Amino acid sequence: MGASQAAPSQKFFTSNTAALPPSAPARAWWTWLLALGVAALIWWSFRGVGVDLGMLLGSESRRQMLSYLLDLYPPDLTSATVRSALWGSIETLAISLMGTLLAVLIALLMVGGASRALTTSGVLFTMPGAGRGRRLTLLGLSLLARGILNILRAIPELIWALIFILAVGLGPFAGVLALGVHTGGVLGKLYAETVESLDPQPLEALQATGAGKVAIFLYGMLPQAAPHFLAYGLYRWEVNIRAAAILGFVGAGGLGKQMYVSLSLFHHHQLLTQLLALFVLVTFVDAVSTWLRRRLS
Amino acid sequence: MSSAPLDPQHPRQPLPYLKLLLALVAFGAAWRLTEMQPSALFAAEGRRNMLAFIGGMFPPDLSVDFLQRMLGPLLTTIQLSIAGMVLAILIGLALALPAARTLRFAGVLHEVALRRRRRWLLAVLPYAGARGLLNLLRAVPELVWALIFVRAVGLGAFPGVLAIGVAYGGILGKIYAEIIEGVAPQPLETLQSTGAGKLAVFCYGIVPQALPHAVSYTLYRWECAIRASAVLGFVGAGGIGQEIELSMRMFNFHEVMTLLMMVFGLVAITDLISAAVRRRLR
Repeated sequence: MGASQAAPSQKFFTSNTAALPPSAPARAWWTWLLALGVAALIWWSFRGVGVDLGMLLGSESRRQMLSYLLDLYPPDLTSATVRSALWGSIETLAISLMGTLLAVLIALLMVGGASRALTTSGVLFTMPGAGRGRRLTLLGLSLLARGILNILRAIPELIWALIFILAVGLGPFAGVLALGVHTGGVLGKLYAETVESLDPQPLEALQATGAGKVAIFLYGMLPQAAPHFLAYGLYRWEVNIRAAAILGFVGAGGLGKQMYVSLSLFHHHQLLTQLLALFVLVTFVDAVSTWLRRRLS
Repeated sequence: MSSAPLDPQHPRQPLPYLKLLLALVAFGAAWRLTEMQPSALFAAEGRRNMLAFIGGMFPPDLSVDFLQRMLGPLLTTIQLSIAGMVLAILIGLALALPAARTLRFAGVLHEVALRRRRRWLLAVLPYAGARGLLNLLRAVPELVWALIFVRAVGLGAFPGVLAIGVAYGGILGKIYAEIIEGVAPQPLETLQSTGAGKLAVFCYGIVPQALPHAVSYTLYRWECAIRASAVLGFVGAGGIGQEIELSMRMFNFHEVMTLLMMVFGLVAITDLISAAVRRRLR
């Protein structure tokens, strides 16, 4: 190639650019193929679901949707509807709060097992006193904890809600359990990753002073991880306020239940009131969570 | 005030325990409202029901006949998620352009200020409108959108596509706008100093910086869309979700397990694909 024939003084430049020419056409070729593949995939998808652009933009579906949306207006602002929407919002808020708290609790309980930094590697394990058998036990524990978290996370809240409704009956408690268990799986993973990526220097400094494992965990890991734990918890709260509204559809109470009734009975104006309440509720939770997170950082 | 009694770093709070008290009251109220009954979990009947359900899921139904029958719904779920994402990307882009502050009235592109009235008409009003619309689309969960669209256009995959498109369009639009606002300003200024116009600055300064982030986030949302389209089936939008609902109603919990495993597998595959694409982008 050109680089090998170039004078030493030019070598720096030529060897840099010499790497480009062979890969640039290849990359363009791949890019085109990828774009073609994506286009084919999109075409296949739209055909498969039987939706075409005519349906998306056509006058028929637009008219249908518009007339439905216009039917919703005006919102039912009689005091009975507003009061029950308000009450439903408060209940949904309570479900999301308790569900997220339960999730944080589950995640904190699981993080000890699921995080590699606490079980199999890192500062804590450069210390003497960890025998082979003990290590294997810890490794097994860690795999088990990760497996449980994966299962909790893999099953959607809605399915969890159906399971818990069987267990504890209809009502908000089933919703709290469903949110808590699913979100616990999500937060457990995030918490474990947080603990694994902590700055090791403070931990090593603690170790150098002769601190034991528990002390390192309490004074080295927890202070570093806690703000992240809180921020993740708040972020999931934003997700859960929406999820809590959905869980009402399968009988977990709150605003979702009311919306389900309105939808089923074609109470359009009440539905709009409830949708507005949901909008206000979600916006409120987003704002509170953002404000708290900003204060944390 | 030479001898300030207060440490400015830690201003004395009027009621130090107020926050704690508030949190406790909120906790107690939420506990009451949600009818928390931890003991119900361990009551004999509930436990029996739950164990029967979970036990009934094993072993998953892996008969060739059932798997063959589920191939169609599986593909529908994938198609639903892709079609929904295409719509979401279109909606997201259409709303992100007016909703990005730096494209409307702030930053490098707008150092020459418009006159006040034109600024309002061309910049601030579209910005506020787009932001409000994005918030509205985002606030309503996709399942509720799906139910509304089922009422509006009938059962089938179409309301599912619309629901994912609208709900995720709101999310993508907000994130795209934030990505556009967050690009480094130096390259834009460099372009501008060479005499590039606004369109050129957008095409050669903003787009190249924003694209990798936008693609990466869109792929992450696709993962969520697959999970969501599995759930949307519950309300009649087709795909795996509808089969889960049917199997549940028939108490065929073996099948439910198989279907859940399918969703799990789909999400894992999407995760692998998007991780591979993300690595190439970097």
